[in-house]
Amino acid sequence: MNITDLFVETYTALTSNKVRSGLTVLGIVIGISSVIAMVSIGSGAQATIRDNISAIGSNLVLVTPGTQRGPGAQVSQGRGTARTLTQSDANAITREISLAARVAPEQTGRYQVTTKGKNTNTSVIGTTGEYPYVRKVNVSLGSWFSASQVSSGAKVAVLGPTTRDDLFGEGENPVGETVRIKGVPYKVVGVTASRGGTGFGNQDDMIFVTLSSAQRYLAGESYVTTISVEAKTAEDMTMMQSDITTLLLREHRITDPAEQDFTVFNQQDIAATASSVTQTFTVLLSAIAGISLLVGGIGIMNMMLTTVTERTKEIGLRKAIGATERDIGMQFLLESVLLTLLGGVIGILLGVGVAMGVSSLGILKTEVPVSAVLLAFSVAGVIGIIFGYYPARRAAALDPISALRHE
Amino acid sequence: MITLKNITKVYHSGDIDYPALSGISFTILEGEFVAIMGPSGSGKSTLMHIMGALDTPTSGTYILDGKDMSTLRDVELAEIRKHRIGFVFQSFNLLPRATVLRNVMLPLLYAGVSKEARILRATQALYDAGLPESHFEHRSNQLSGGQIQRVAIARALVNEPKLILADEPTGNLDTKTGQVVLETFRRLNREHRRTIVLITHEPEVAEFADRVIVIRDGLIVSDQSTPHAAPNSRA
Repeated sequence: MNITDLFVETYTALTSNKVRSGLTVLGIVIGISSVIAMVSIGSGAQATIRDNISAIGSNLVLVTPGTQRGPGAQVSQGRGTARTLTQSDANAITREISLAARVAPEQTGRYQVTTKGKNTNTSVIGTTGEYPYVRKVNVSLGSWFSASQVSSGAKVAVLGPTTRDDLFGEGENPVGETVRIKGVPYKVVGVTASRGGTGFGNQDDMIFVTLSSAQRYLAGESYVTTISVEAKTAEDMTMMQSDITTLLLREHRITDPAEQDFTVFNQQDIAATASSVTQTFTVLLSAIAGISLLVGGIGIMNMMLTTVTERTKEIGLRKAIGATERDIGMQFLLESVLLTLLGGVIGILLGVGVAMGVSSLGILKTEVPVSAVLLAFSVAGVIGIIFGYYPARRAAALDPISALRHE
Repeated sequence: MITLKNITKVYHSGDIDYPALSGISFTILEGEFVAIMGPSGSGKSTLMHIMGALDTPTSGTYILDGKDMSTLRDVELAEIRKHRIGFVFQSFNLLPRATVLRNVMLPLLYAGVSKEARILRATQALYDAGLPESHFEHRSNQLSGGQIQRVAIARALVNEPKLILADEPTGNLDTKTGQVVLETFRRLNREHRRTIVLITHEPEVAEFADRVIVIRDGLIVSDQSTPHAAPNSRA
């Protein structure tokens, strides 16, 4: 019996009981489609996180005060608890770390900001002229403050677009106007372009001022909350990270690395932490979907066993006219494999449809990985083989005489 | 062409042995039309299974077309059934959802015959079995009992077997339709020189054959030609 004939026989058998074949396949369809949908949502979420993280800069190594307190602390952009990082640490990094392309120290605080008749409470970041390059901030109106303004401690501010909307009204040009931060008058010199960040706080609701003025007028202290260091190349990041650690340990006169009073981490660490969370969820949800595949497989097996019993006489006849055990076994195995593959294809289409629906409704960004589609298809085939094997074996082993007598 | 020597078959159930055949010997030549007759429980079904390569004897030798069948394994038996034996069953055993033509082509499927040749040979077999061409695309549940049995006969003919084994072919048919089916067997034997072995418990059915072998309790009690036997049907 050649392959084409085998397929024709199988097709005829499956289509002769369409309702039952359809219902049996449903289990596989549900299983495969949920796996595809879950994996698509998971990898979409990871892509979103990746984009968000690369939006804060490239080849970025961040130094924060205090010791590492676990993943939550790493992702937090808030000020550190300890005030162990200073301007001189930033200077030392600029001076001694040859792998660093740019260094931007910052001092972040939350202050009340007022204009005539309006006020808001927002993040105020005191930083240097390097900051927009290191952290990929673009200025849409006016300009960033200059190096000389930073060194002279000029009271100039660059507003985030949301803050501008809050203080001056949407779309207004505030350049040249004055805002009062903690009562101190600052002249607005620019507005940043919208970055629309999510997941890391709204990156558009903040004010940038010169680091020196922030230390002098706002915080009244010279500590910094973060030092952003951009490496020259991505390959240099790990090396630079350990160079900075060594340097700052020396600067802080700490001999035991366990007592380190600062934390150095790079963008990839943030990305890894963030995606490990979504990955865990994806695995968990896919595992649940996988269980429904198992249930679907058992459904296939149940139907195939019923079919073998129902068609005992037919099997007997086929054997009497010369079918070997192999012929019979292959026919029934192919029936279950075709069923699960059909379920796999429908499931993949349905899963991709769900993923695209979720995307287009704007609920979540999704991404259908080709590998998941291929995997789902092979899993469907393997389920067909596993759960079809026993019924096929039973059909093949039937004794032709008693099979023919079966009523 | 067919030689059985001292064939015995013993079934076991627990510790008890049930002898079904207790030493059967006969020879059937090519082109013969033989009826094996006996009451139920006489061992005639067991004999048919052994002759049809569905079963092997406990002892004795069975030679079909020069080949000793007694010691063959399952795959080899399937090979024999595929090429040398055509079955006609009391309960027809057609695939109900397949067309007449597809039913007849089924043995050729397992024999690996090409699609064109399958259609050609199945059509020829259906003509030989006397089914009108207008019925070729019908499903078997749209046919009368006599027509169904002629489809089954065509299926048994299609792989050009050395031996056609018919197990109570008229058992599920009324007398008149049964006559037609038996006439078909006789015509196939006379005109196409087919070797036919017909198993039955009815003497009137056995009468259609040229030679009747009667068995009882696993032994042959008589083996003789019928009055109308064709002169050349026995050696």
